[in-house]
Amino acid sequence: MMCITTVLAVVMSFSAIAQPLQLHFRNVVDGKPIALEKDNYKNGLGQSYTVSNLKYYISNIQLTPESGKELTDSDYYLIREDDSASMNITLPHIPIGHYTRLTFSIGVDSLHNCSGAQSDALDPVNGMFWTWNTGYIFFKLEGKSSASKNPGSIYEYHIGGYKAPANCIRSVSIDLTGISLMPVIVLPPDTFHKKLKITGIDISADISKFMNAATPIDLTKISSVTDFHNAAKIADHYQQMFSLIKKDYGY
Amino acid sequence: MAIKKPIVISVLVFAIILLSNFTETNPYFTITEKDVAFEVPKGFPAPTYTFANNKPTPAGFTLGRRLFYDPILSKDSSTSCASCHQRIAAFAHIDHTLSHGISGLIGKRNVPPLQNLAWGQSFMWDGGVNHLEIQPLTPMANPIEMASDIGDVIRKLKRNPYYREAFKEAFGDTLISSERMLKAMAQFTGLMVSANSRYDKFMRHEDTLTQFELNGLVIFREKCAKCHREPLFTDESYKSSGLYPDSTLNDPGRELITGRIKDENTFKVPSLRNVAMTYPYMHDGRFRTLEQVLDHYSKGDYYMLNVTPELLATRDMNDLEKKEVIAFLKTLTDKTFLYDRRFADPTYH
Ligand code: HEC
Ligand code: HEC
Repeated sequence: MMCITTVLAVVMSFSAIAQPLQLHFRNVVDGKPIALEKDNYKNGLGQSYTVSNLKYYISNIQLTPESGKELTDSDYYLIREDDSASMNITLPHIPIGHYTRLTFSIGVDSLHNCSGAQSDALDPVNGMFWTWNTGYIFFKLEGKSSASKNPGSIYEYHIGGYKAPANCIRSVSIDLTGISLMPVIVLPPDTFHKKLKITGIDISADISKFMNAATPIDLTKISSVTDFHNAAKIADHYQQMFSLIKKDYGY
Repeated sequence: MAIKKPIVISVLVFAIILLSNFTETNPYFTITEKDVAFEVPKGFPAPTYTFANNKPTPAGFTLGRRLFYDPILSKDSSTSCASCHQRIAAFAHIDHTLSHGISGLIGKRNVPPLQNLAWGQSFMWDGGVNHLEIQPLTPMANPIEMASDIGDVIRKLKRNPYYREAFKEAFGDTLISSERMLKAMAQFTGLMVSANSRYDKFMRHEDTLTQFELNGLVIFREKCAKCHREPLFTDESYKSSGLYPDSTLNDPGRELITGRIKDENTFKVPSLRNVAMTYPYMHDGRFRTLEQVLDHYSKGDYYMLNVTPELLATRDMNDLEKKEVIAFLKTLTDKTFLYDRRFADPTYH
């Protein structure tokens, strides 16, 4: 009798249950995982390139439910290709239900660019901080390209800036229609404690989309962007590189 | 033998710890609660840096002071903040036109004094740094200043027994992080307040100025104070002082940060407090004496790009007027600040 009421209570309070939701960022080139410093890729102009370093900030994550108020997460996350743990963002309390939209920003807002010493993702030890002109580097992509005229054929994009002359914060919006976050309840035989399995959404960050976007970046001409010159243009490119990886999200 | 070795080592370690703590136990260097009280001097505006999330404590300040004087912050442990910022010069660098960094490399700009930093809205000659706490990262990262990586510095601090103790004392546990390091340094630099010169005492009716100095003050208020605004002697704006650009340095000034043509050849209006102590002058240290600075303003042979009307008013001072202005500028020397034992080198024996 006791057991039945417990199960009932769990079932009835579904709508009020919140569970962790993971966002998995999958850094890829043309849909395939990046092989750091190894593989040669080609942009839309036929110029080849490698990837040796990729890091970017994700912030201001918002989930829009089918009905009700938007959920906002105010933390900062640094996604680094050389650290697989960094690619999974866990949002701890997401009520189960239907969501229509995921939005996030690439970059760090003006307040956090002007707040002095900070820790965790915003710790300057992460190598994403400009000291000569205060501010966070929002997006860092480095590699080699035979098309580049820089010493060592390197190309480098260190993009940041939260105010004029280059505001490089970009917002990305991903359609989630049709995806429901349902709880996964595991009832072990010996207890009636509910256990919720983490569910996740996979987001692809595709460097080939970054390189190409509407018009490809010409690596002969724009191979080094490390201050505000051309920065906003490159920011428009990274805005284009994110998309939802379609798979069976319903449970 | 096998037993003796550890004893010898521990005696050695003990001696080293004793030595490294020696100075902090010397009463001259001891910092008390009273020493770290931040007060806004009478007549000063509200500070920009309020210590709201970084209340100074004796242990925090002591740690910040130690870091300021420790070459551990540079790549080859050769250069400390104090190598360039000397206390006797209000933390400017006497007699160096351009800064000298590691391996004798020469920097691009003259070392400014460090004073009243809590009122600074931005730092550096071009205002490229927006917050007092993160300012130390700039010289540390600069390849011709300290050339180090903040990650490496934190690793070095973590290995150092003195700092493990000092961070614990300042922050309650042994975590050594860049955030804590920078906050401790901001406690030290933020408390560098100069507000007790003869000029300040005159303003508070505690002292008098000579007629000669007073004449200088009148001229100063008429010709200079629009940019060098009292009581901080800067309005925190970026202006051209009409200097011809140096063709070897090609320093665009504020334009480097904003990219705006109207900011080319403009620099942060420097405070003139303790100015008699901070020679040479200007962002590139081109003038060795205040007489040369006054001659420049008076002669009015300006590089006109982005010059504003306030500057034109400085033209045509006669020799007497120039001398009077200089006499007034010398009343801005603040011996209380220059000889403040709180800011003295604690590692000096
Ligand atoms: C190699 C010499 C050198 C070293 C070492 C050095 N500085 Fe400086 N400092 C300078 C120069 C030069 C400037 C002006 C830089 C500019 O305008 O680009 C400056 C500017 C500053 C300013 C800004 C002052 C203002 O009013 O705008 C502060 C604060 C400062 N330094 C603190 C420090 C601290 C703290 C350290 C140690 C971490 C340090 N400095 C190490 C040379 C040095
Ligand atoms: C238009 C604004 C303006 C006016 C008016 C002005 N100054 Fe300046 N002053 C500046 C700027 C900007 C600098 C820094 C210039 C540089 O380094 O390129 C400066 C630098 C100085 C310096 C060098 C300080 C140092 O630490 O290197 C002195 C001294 C000085 N001014 C004195 C005066 C005096 C005296 C007057 C009046 C006769 C005056 N200024 C009028 C803007 C002004």
